[in-house]
Amino acid sequence: MSRYSILIDVNKCNGCYNCFLSCRDEYYGNDYPPYSAAQPLNDQFWMQVKEVERGVYPKPKVSYIPKPCMHCESAPCISASKDGAVYRRADGIVMIDPEKAIGQEAIVNACPYRVVFWNAEKQIPQKCTMCAHRLDEGEKVPRCVESCPTGALVFGDLDDPNSEISKLAKEVATESLNPEFQTDSLVKYVGLPKRFVAGEIVYKDNEGECAPGVKVTLTGGGQNRESVTDIFGDFEFEGLDKNTTYTVAVAANGYAPWQTEFTTYKDVNLGEIVLERK
Amino acid sequence: MSEKVFTNCTNAGPVSVYVKDGKVTRMRPLVAEEKDFKPWVIEADGKKYSPPKKFNVAPYVHADRRRLYSDDRIKYPLKRVDFDPNGERNPQNRGKSPYVRISWDEALDIVSSEIKRVSETYGNSAISGMTSSHHNWGIVGYKMGPFARFMNMLEFTPVLDNPDSWEGWHWGATHTYGFYWRLGMPEQYDLLEDALQNAEMIVLWSNDPDSTRGTYTGQESALWRQWLKEKGVKMVFIDPYHNFTAGVMEGKWIAPRMGTDTALAMAIAYVWITEDLYDKEYVKDRTIGFEEFKPYVLGETDGQPKTPEWAEEESGVKARVIRALAREWAAKRTVLSGGSRGGEGGACRVAYGTEWARMMVLLQGMQGLGKPGRSIWGTTMGAPSDTKNWFPAYADLQGRVATSKVANHLPVNPNKQRVWRLTLPDAILNPPISWYGEGFCGQSLEQQFTHFKYPMDGCSEIKLFYRYGGSFMGTMSDTSKWVRMYQSPKLEFVVNQDCWFNSETQMADIILPACTNFERDDVGEWGACGGYTCHASSGCNYRIVVRQQKCLEPMWESKSDYEIFTLLAEKLGRKEEFTDGKTELEWVKAFFDSSDLPKLISWEEFDKKGYHIINIDENYKSTPSLRWFAEGRDCDTPDTNNPKRGTEKAGHLGTYSGKIEFASESLKSKFPDDEERPVTPKYIKSWEGHHSEIFEKYPMQLMSPHPRFSFHCHYDKHTDWLDDIPVHRIKKDGYAWWPARINPVDANRRGIQSGDIVRLYNDRGSVLCIAVVTERVRHGVIHSYCSSAKYDPLTPGKSDSPDRGGCVAILTASRMVSKNVPGMTPNSCLIEIEKWEG
Ligand code: SF4
Ligand code: SF4
Repeated sequence: MSRYSILIDVNKCNGCYNCFLSCRDEYYGNDYPPYSAAQPLNDQFWMQVKEVERGVYPKPKVSYIPKPCMHCESAPCISASKDGAVYRRADGIVMIDPEKAIGQEAIVNACPYRVVFWNAEKQIPQKCTMCAHRLDEGEKVPRCVESCPTGALVFGDLDDPNSEISKLAKEVATESLNPEFQTDSLVKYVGLPKRFVAGEIVYKDNEGECAPGVKVTLTGGGQNRESVTDIFGDFEFEGLDKNTTYTVAVAANGYAPWQTEFTTYKDVNLGEIVLERK
Repeated sequence: MSEKVFTNCTNAGPVSVYVKDGKVTRMRPLVAEEKDFKPWVIEADGKKYSPPKKFNVAPYVHADRRRLYSDDRIKYPLKRVDFDPNGERNPQNRGKSPYVRISWDEALDIVSSEIKRVSETYGNSAISGMTSSHHNWGIVGYKMGPFARFMNMLEFTPVLDNPDSWEGWHWGATHTYGFYWRLGMPEQYDLLEDALQNAEMIVLWSNDPDSTRGTYTGQESALWRQWLKEKGVKMVFIDPYHNFTAGVMEGKWIAPRMGTDTALAMAIAYVWITEDLYDKEYVKDRTIGFEEFKPYVLGETDGQPKTPEWAEEESGVKARVIRALAREWAAKRTVLSGGSRGGEGGACRVAYGTEWARMMVLLQGMQGLGKPGRSIWGTTMGAPSDTKNWFPAYADLQGRVATSKVANHLPVNPNKQRVWRLTLPDAILNPPISWYGEGFCGQSLEQQFTHFKYPMDGCSEIKLFYRYGGSFMGTMSDTSKWVRMYQSPKLEFVVNQDCWFNSETQMADIILPACTNFERDDVGEWGACGGYTCHASSGCNYRIVVRQQKCLEPMWESKSDYEIFTLLAEKLGRKEEFTDGKTELEWVKAFFDSSDLPKLISWEEFDKKGYHIINIDENYKSTPSLRWFAEGRDCDTPDTNNPKRGTEKAGHLGTYSGKIEFASESLKSKFPDDEERPVTPKYIKSWEGHHSEIFEKYPMQLMSPHPRFSFHCHYDKHTDWLDDIPVHRIKKDGYAWWPARINPVDANRRGIQSGDIVRLYNDRGSVLCIAVVTERVRHGVIHSYCSSAKYDPLTPGKSDSPDRGGCVAILTASRMVSKNVPGMTPNSCLIEIEKWEG
């Protein structure tokens, strides 16, 4: 058996949209019966790239989250379809039959990830096919993976212990895009943006100098982490949980200790933390 | 019918083109045989770095099929309805009136008889013409090829290009370290290896390589930066915009007020001097004039020490941050990333931008430029790359049908009259005009000092303008003046030849449809410009020369440029003179034969297979850029055009003294009293910045860097798939708008929200954009890319009409870098922004 998957490393993605564009080039105006019908000009994004901006000036962050069909092992679109219009291949790829699916708009709405698109002209639901027609022809990777310059997209067989993807999946902690949907998606992620807290330490009696090497601790949410400020007096804790209360405490020799509590409704910039002499 | 696969190349990567029934169905990054790749390996800290066997092209290349079939293609020869060459010409209606389709024969008749009429009436110098940049690839059909050959035959008045993307480096840095043969940008050999092995920090100053991609080399270098990030090399981004490279690399973002980068640089020098943190031995042996520069930094000459606190006042960057950066830079092996091909950011395109570029060289000079990890490196070139095998490129004289020795006959243009691109409208509307500088001054420093006057004595004013392409509304400065120029009766005839409708196309009397490089035969090496950027393909992981096969017949009634000029030459009775007796394919073969490629592959195999990869050989020897200079040796890099290489001065730089010049000998000789580009660099307050009087009326600084998802004006509106990329354009009410990015603080004050249509304006014009409220832009700055291809004035043909296409260049000033520096300054531009209620 094989289980084809794309492992997406958000930390590597530079937001170039090569994946989106190469996917469109493969499918726009091109029918691949019986795999898929042509992608229309507008409103279909089989590979979306979602920009996520976090934090505030002057410490913003930006991530790009490439988002194809998740090729779920418990796929709601399959359950919602009639006449076997949506099916899973033996290699795990979830396919929509462009003939059988005519008129079945319910398939679009069944997908919690919103990656199935309605073709109003042809009256069919459409989505990423993992480039099944090319894989069956002997291509090694789908178009989006081929075009990705950063290595953010890795394609392969999770059931093949020698594949790059299964080795990688063992090395890193993979996640699902929306675990709450409980669909057992085959497409996996690394580095999905969480919450972060950032700040800059400043000595009240010496504002002309940065405060490097100052110990900063973060507690809360079952965590207890430590960091030191960099040459600019900046510190950051990444990968925090959402809507969780944390405490950041700062201890610098000769200065009064400082601490604050905050909740990660969004990303938090504590700004300039001014330390007073003891 | 079965599918056929052709090879071709674009300005950002090689492609395989799939054709079925005469129609292109797909385009992939060129699919080469695996055995053709012999990846290089760089060893650093016990790890081996090697590129994958594939070509990482730029995003828009994946949409080239869409561009090929764009609705914006010019399909037939067209004539403006109210243009009558024998009666009323109605030049005032250029840009307003519609067009009518005419036959090729009629079009060629009109154009050729206008050429004859104008040259007989006024002399050849009354004919001028110019191209836009790099809309296609392949040396035979390149803009410097057929166009230049034909125009030289006509003995036309050439328009000199300003070095638009790297002004400060061209006019400033050259007087500090030479490299005029690279137009002010330093050699980049083996700097990837140097960075991987030695760099501890990289300061990307006004440089966004994930957007500008080393000009032509697609996204090959994106992986290199991943490697550096994974190695833990600290990255610092100095840019008013938290750019795309900063987004993926993270690191420290420092956002100075625009136009104050030189102040920041001075303060860094101040910290180094006062804290004794610079390479004194290097400064003593490898530089001159430090003793003239130092007193200025310390404030001994003007009473103002250039302290970090002073720089904070100017730039808004905290003094402590400047201090920390300066100390770390001195303590750690730090690469300065900026100022190399593709990395010449907006800080050099401002008032007195020369001073910033000079300071970049001098700062690195104070830290031992050329020593391990102490380079000036854009991060987009300098992979191990073959330099032994020569293949002509477009900027080589030997790579153009106009000038190559492969021709039996070369037309020579004896006409000495010139015009300056930036002031062409002024030249037409209000002559005379004058300036210093011979365009791209790649032969000598003195070329920058040549004085020109238009009209030249004994020459005519321009009456006929042959425009090839047409992007300037979006790329030059204060661009509504181009509309006024086109509508002047002084231009008796305007013809425009292009593949797509562009911002200037509809300013012409006759429009000629050209075909793309997919519809004709050609040859080209990926990423190679040759000439002033010799060995640019070291920005690619593999050198690849592509036989650009004709994938389909020219569509509609379009023709290749070569054919159009052949037909025109025929009408003028000069066909043989133009073609040299060769077809396009014969030129391809002639260029192939003139190169080193026949040593590696036969013509037959190359022609059939469609490409050849030139791998490095086993005894490849790394010669990191400027290491020779730092170590006091003769130049050992393969920098072909370095005139001192191989001479007894081979250890010298290209400056008068052969050293890095804190006090410039060349400027001292020509302009000893120039206060705007002084002998030693200075921070000079911008003539359009936060100190200006109009700052009260127009308190926002417009930042318009090179765009990420188009190449100048190419692709963009000719490639509507890109409209689905919200970083590029955003659709609203059925229209794809150009984004203008604004900080929430500035947006709130004006009641602006993301998705609002906004008007950016000043006394020079107004442009409608869509607002993107973002934390990634500094307070007081509006970020909106230059190079919108869509010029869409609400009232067509009215030069002061608001443009809703996004040509923010309309807002930028005509004023040049400084009085003796005729460079453009789009990033010295004050505007106001408001919600547009229609
Ligand atoms: S796998 Fe194929 S169909 Fe799916 S997003 Fe990638 S290119 Fe598109
Ligand atoms: S191609 Fe790769 S780097 Fe580019 S947007 Fe897609 S995943 Fe990201």
